[in-house]
Amino acid sequence: MLTINLNGTAREVDADPDMPLLWAIRDRLDMTGTKYGCGIAQCGACTVHLDGQPVRSCQTRLGDVGAAKVTTIEGINGKVAEAVQGAWRRLDVVQCGYCQSGQIMSAIGLLTEKPKPTDADIDSAMDGNICRCGTYQRIRAAIHEAARSLA
Amino acid sequence: MLKLDLTDAPVPSRRAFLGAAAGGAVLLAFRLDLRGARAAEGGPDLSKGPAQPNAFVRIAADDTVTVMIKHLDMGQGNTTGLATILADELDADWAQIRVAFAPADAKLYNNMLMGPVQGTGGSTAIANSWFQLRKAGAAARAMLVAAAADSWGVPAAEITVAKGVLSHKSGKQGRFGEFAGAAAAKPVPQEPRLKSPAEWTLIGKGVPRIDSVAKTDGSAIYSLDVRRPGQVTALVAHPPRFGASVRRVDAEAAQGMPGVVAVVTIPTGVAVIARDTWTAMKAREALRVEWDESAAERRSSDAILAEYRQTATTPGLVASQAGDADAAIKGAAKVIEAEFSFPYLAHAAMEPLNATIERAADGMFDVYAGCQIQTIEQAVVAATLGVTTDKVRLHTQWAGGSFGRRATPGADYFAEAAAIVKAWDGKAPVHLVWTREDDMAGGYYRPQVYHTVKAGLDAKGQVAGWRHTMVGKSIMIGSPFEAMLVKNGIDGTTVEGASDTPYGLPAYRFEVHNGREGVPVLWWRSVGHTHTAHVMEVVIDELAHAAGADPVAYRLSLLTRAPRLSGVLRLAAEKAGWGGKNPEKGRGLGVAVHQSFGSYVAMVADVSAGESGVKVERVIAAVDVGVAVNPDVIRAQVEGAVGFALSSVLRNRITLKDGVVQETNFDTYQPTRLTEMPRVEVHIVPSDVPPTGIGEPGVPVLAPAISNAVFAATGQRLRSLPLDLSSLRGA
Repeated sequence: MLTINLNGTAREVDADPDMPLLWAIRDRLDMTGTKYGCGIAQCGACTVHLDGQPVRSCQTRLGDVGAAKVTTIEGINGKVAEAVQGAWRRLDVVQCGYCQSGQIMSAIGLLTEKPKPTDADIDSAMDGNICRCGTYQRIRAAIHEAARSLA
Repeated sequence: MLKLDLTDAPVPSRRAFLGAAAGGAVLLAFRLDLRGARAAEGGPDLSKGPAQPNAFVRIAADDTVTVMIKHLDMGQGNTTGLATILADELDADWAQIRVAFAPADAKLYNNMLMGPVQGTGGSTAIANSWFQLRKAGAAARAMLVAAAADSWGVPAAEITVAKGVLSHKSGKQGRFGEFAGAAAAKPVPQEPRLKSPAEWTLIGKGVPRIDSVAKTDGSAIYSLDVRRPGQVTALVAHPPRFGASVRRVDAEAAQGMPGVVAVVTIPTGVAVIARDTWTAMKAREALRVEWDESAAERRSSDAILAEYRQTATTPGLVASQAGDADAAIKGAAKVIEAEFSFPYLAHAAMEPLNATIERAADGMFDVYAGCQIQTIEQAVVAATLGVTTDKVRLHTQWAGGSFGRRATPGADYFAEAAAIVKAWDGKAPVHLVWTREDDMAGGYYRPQVYHTVKAGLDAKGQVAGWRHTMVGKSIMIGSPFEAMLVKNGIDGTTVEGASDTPYGLPAYRFEVHNGREGVPVLWWRSVGHTHTAHVMEVVIDELAHAAGADPVAYRLSLLTRAPRLSGVLRLAAEKAGWGGKNPEKGRGLGVAVHQSFGSYVAMVADVSAGESGVKVERVIAAVDVGVAVNPDVIRAQVEGAVGFALSSVLRNRITLKDGVVQETNFDTYQPTRLTEMPRVEVHIVPSDVPPTGIGEPGVPVLAPAISNAVFAATGQRLRSLPLDLSSLRGA
């Protein structure tokens, strides 16, 4: 039995330490907002924050999480998170929506580091998140919109 | 009438890989009538259907109004559009509207353009529901008014309704929830008055998407997120080649792993059942399976394409013809010959295929999935489990994309899930999960297709004759839809968009050959139009250039009998600044226009071609979908179509080496990424014609517009997809 700090709560996980954090969250703790897309860190659908930093949970061993604070889409809060979610909703970014948890986690990471990102900043922070529906134009616009609302 | 016939007829061996699990074939009287849902164009007159408020609207005492959605929403936003249509006639307030996916019920919830089948496809959700939901909303409104009239003792005609509030000039006011119970007892008016467009308060106004909140806070439940009490996860080891089957299994190591519940052999492979996905993955790796490959497809995709090239030189089935194309080309002043190849394509929706089946305490089977053709899925699950269809309940979930893949004529992954439940005797709810690799290597691709075209111009540059041959595997032959959708050996989904071209060609002949390889193929967002539109629009462009004509003007001269196509072409050209000052060196504009699924789309692509390669900078689109129920959702679908289709223009291909699929994840089959996304502008033609769909029609025109723009920028004509852009860098 391992214990992780998930969205501010200590949670016991009955799983092999080799299990990727993604599957521990989804299957052992039934928190399904974090998505499985590829399992090889190519798509970003599984992005969560470890101590505030976006990471691919499909490549993070449960046993390596230790005392780090794990934040999933269900646990985000604060000014930046609200700005991002608000912009995503005002611009109706989502289509199928399956990748958007990961997109939002990456976008919050970017705006926390750089409150006024340039297009180049958005390129480098967001290029690892695939959206098969092709909502990229609105993702870019929503990040700029969130930045404006934070200013 | 529902005509659903489950037979015990053996599945043809050629399709054994696809259908064996069902243990029988599902025969459906199926039609797909896309003549725009308008009696005037020879289509069914959907305005004559009954008013069914009880099927489509639930008004609760708490004043919420739930619209029943008979379709799958895989991202195209139809839940928002369908709810808008009903809510407008009901005069509801958008804030009180909720949506719920309807159960499988082909009598109540059939797709009016698919006959007795409940299903989503062919960009028909809005088109087939337009009158049905307006009537349901208007009837429900009339019933609420009648109930309020009783309660207030005033004439119904004096009651007005706006934003979910019923009012009378005496000052009486009430909300829907107060009258819902009494309204339900009122007779259903069969011909309720429908609003005129001027009265619409929601249609065309752009209400916010109804799923935006749940899809941005992690609360939307997709099929993969379904968690039933005691649920286990199943992964299936599939054969490495299509058409192979299990010969022998050594499951000892897998079965001994902690967390593994069972290993069962099913018609499509070997299923590992475990307490979670990761454990099932590890256990599947530990299986030792020996495959019987005696019936397997062992050819490489290159070899199949080479056979296609050969086949194309022989006479094929004639899909359409007029005049004597050969003689016209013989006598032509100029002749253009072009060949095009298109690879297999995976749908690669972000949510891999999966489904959960649970045997409920009442003896029923509950199915939780991104159900796309509910009538077939329900029948296939029932047939596989050996129960009657009424013992299977479907619970449609949000789907993380589909692009056609969740809808297979044999309901392949539903059958597989049911086969596991049956083999394991339904001991617990089973969640069948396909990994990304299973999903991408599992077949059901957009067919590999080969086209040749020979076209002649007369001395004035007018088209004299067009000779066109296509080779590709039919989607419908061998499927339950064959009898309905294949005529004289010709599958309409192979030739659509070419053999029925709206261009006024004086002499033409379209021939088709059906490929026979053992690779499962399927519709892929916009189906046959994915390749036919590209060929038609690139060749027309070549003819325009050969004639020394402007590509837009040349097209317009051939579209004199196609006013809506001409309309979108003119609009896109105007908005793109077509015909303005010459773009800088290495920059080019290309245009394409096409009709599909009753909708009309033109695109102008603005491409730069330099040292660092080709970049699509901008795409300007114009669309005509009739009434724009939600303009912003329409714009989003066209933007998304560009992002989706771009990867197939730039690089995507599924290849087989000795029968084994080579691309199995996003590293080797990479969708478009954010940095590649062009700026997209979408312009909508105002219209009061009943609406058609926009989920698919944005896709076909992107590739030819880009190809034509690359020619404009570089002078080089790239025809086959994906475009061989590396050849430009050497130029």
